[in-house]
Amino acid sequence: MSMGVEIDLDQRLGDFQLDVRFTAPGNGVTALFGHSGSGKTSILRAVAGLARAPRGLVRINGETWQGGKSFLPPHRRSVGYVFQEASLFPHLSVRDNLEYGWRRIPKNQRWIKFDNVVELLGIGPMLKRATARLSGGERQRVAIGRALLTSPQILLMDEPLSALDHGAKQAIFPYLESLHDEFAIPSLYVSHDPNEVARLGDHMVLLADGKVVAQGDAATLLTRLDLPLASFDDAVSVIEGFVSAHDLTYHLTWIGTEAGRFAVSREDLPVGKHARVEIRARDVSLALHPHSDTSILNILPSKVVDTRDISPSQLLARLELADGQTLLARLTRHSAVALGLREGMELYAQVKSVALIA
Amino acid sequence: MADVSFDWEPVWLTLELAGLSTILLLILGTPIAWWLARTTAWYKQPIAAIVALPLVLPPTVLGFYLLIMLGPQGPVGQFTDAIGLGTLPFTFEGLVVASVIYSLPFAVQPLQTAFESLGSRPMEVAATLRASPWDRFVTVVLPLARPGFLTAAVLSFAHTIGEFGVILMIGGNIPGETKVLSIAIYDHVESLEYDQAHILAAGMLVFAFIVLLSLYLINGRLDRKATT
Repeated sequence: MSMGVEIDLDQRLGDFQLDVRFTAPGNGVTALFGHSGSGKTSILRAVAGLARAPRGLVRINGETWQGGKSFLPPHRRSVGYVFQEASLFPHLSVRDNLEYGWRRIPKNQRWIKFDNVVELLGIGPMLKRATARLSGGERQRVAIGRALLTSPQILLMDEPLSALDHGAKQAIFPYLESLHDEFAIPSLYVSHDPNEVARLGDHMVLLADGKVVAQGDAATLLTRLDLPLASFDDAVSVIEGFVSAHDLTYHLTWIGTEAGRFAVSREDLPVGKHARVEIRARDVSLALHPHSDTSILNILPSKVVDTRDISPSQLLARLELADGQTLLARLTRHSAVALGLREGMELYAQVKSVALIA
Repeated sequence: MADVSFDWEPVWLTLELAGLSTILLLILGTPIAWWLARTTAWYKQPIAAIVALPLVLPPTVLGFYLLIMLGPQGPVGQFTDAIGLGTLPFTFEGLVVASVIYSLPFAVQPLQTAFESLGSRPMEVAATLRASPWDRFVTVVLPLARPGFLTAAVLSFAHTIGEFGVILMIGGNIPGETKVLSIAIYDHVESLEYDQAHILAAGMLVFAFIVLLSLYLINGRLDRKATT
């Protein structure tokens, strides 16, 4: 049995032509990234069976949900769908909403336990409440729990955070991340927010006008200069590492990689735990020599692999660290000339600020 | 005042007719309303117009055509006769058929509005939560469209009770079979029995007011429940 997600859709919706083909691994979060109208939601609807592409293939973990003339109706597909608006049933309590799907799957398929989900998403105190009395963030957590409790083979999330304000969004991230750690369900996560992709995405499918522009490892795609993500104002790179040490004196936690270490504010995490950090392109500066007379803690040897002008005054450089991970730096063209920046050049990346995201 | 031999038969007959018609209207009106609320077919509007016809037609016109259709020379009449049911005009069953047709828009329109205002999202959510189409309808649509069902039932019931023209055309005035309240009131007035007419007419007035008041109270309560 091949684990993973295989999608091949050809669908005309009015003036819009969806023509996408991609595969996603059987684990982790695959971000479907693109502007509104790029076909992200249409893909999720086709996977869930809510819409039927005249020609299409949807295969999940080796099981064909659509292919040739066969089309499995939505209620026979093992999906957990989280809609943009929580869409809780207003006539049911929080508990009844959570149990709606849970009751409808056979007992021996309920490998995700009710109590686990309630605890993980922190919805215990709301169980008896009417859904109308929940805040936006709470509603979305219940919706996620409701989808999870069908013990799905794939989780489909359609911009689940877009209706939330900044605070509620930040509050819900940890839940989404722990979801990923706790249950190894592959998810397709629709988003148009690069920061969400950086935080949650392991893989990425980049969409534009109903077509796949690029697909692959999220950290790589985020920094590829030929793709739009790197040119965003708050473009980021993502570095994978592990918790290597805590500095009690200065209240820091060191995140280690093969290429060097990064300091973040002290986090109470066990040494050795996997960690993911986010670095904004504009927080990275370049130097020809490793300075010790600087306030910057994170200095890593790196090699310039690609550069691109993004405005008359600014330029992006894509750097490769010693362990092959990539880092994005944004600098003025003036500085680039002063450094004599060119591809293949070896220098030092100075990272002013690093944020731990998982 | 009314003499002791006050004839309650038209009252019971009317309640029986209205009750039966309402049940049939909900059973028949629900799929029609559901279809009208969902379909994108080009013939949606013509069908909607046909369903709404009884709203604008004089009841006598409707009754006249029903009489012809259901009568011994009419296509429906010949069919019912052939399968051994006899013909429907001037029977209680004929009144039920006529009432259902006459009150159809009063059942279909509130239901259609209720279904349309639900949108497709709740059904889609239920589908992704493994509910089959019938399961979705029973556990999501019915409870969410409850105010619509209530309005449809009350309007159908009240409208059937109030009909006169259609019944006069197709049912006549047979005691215990087709002599319903509205006909009985007309009869009493014709024979100058104003006391008898008063009892029935005032009774209907009070009844209509109570029905509408309870409808508004219940719908108001459902609304408050949905928004708190």
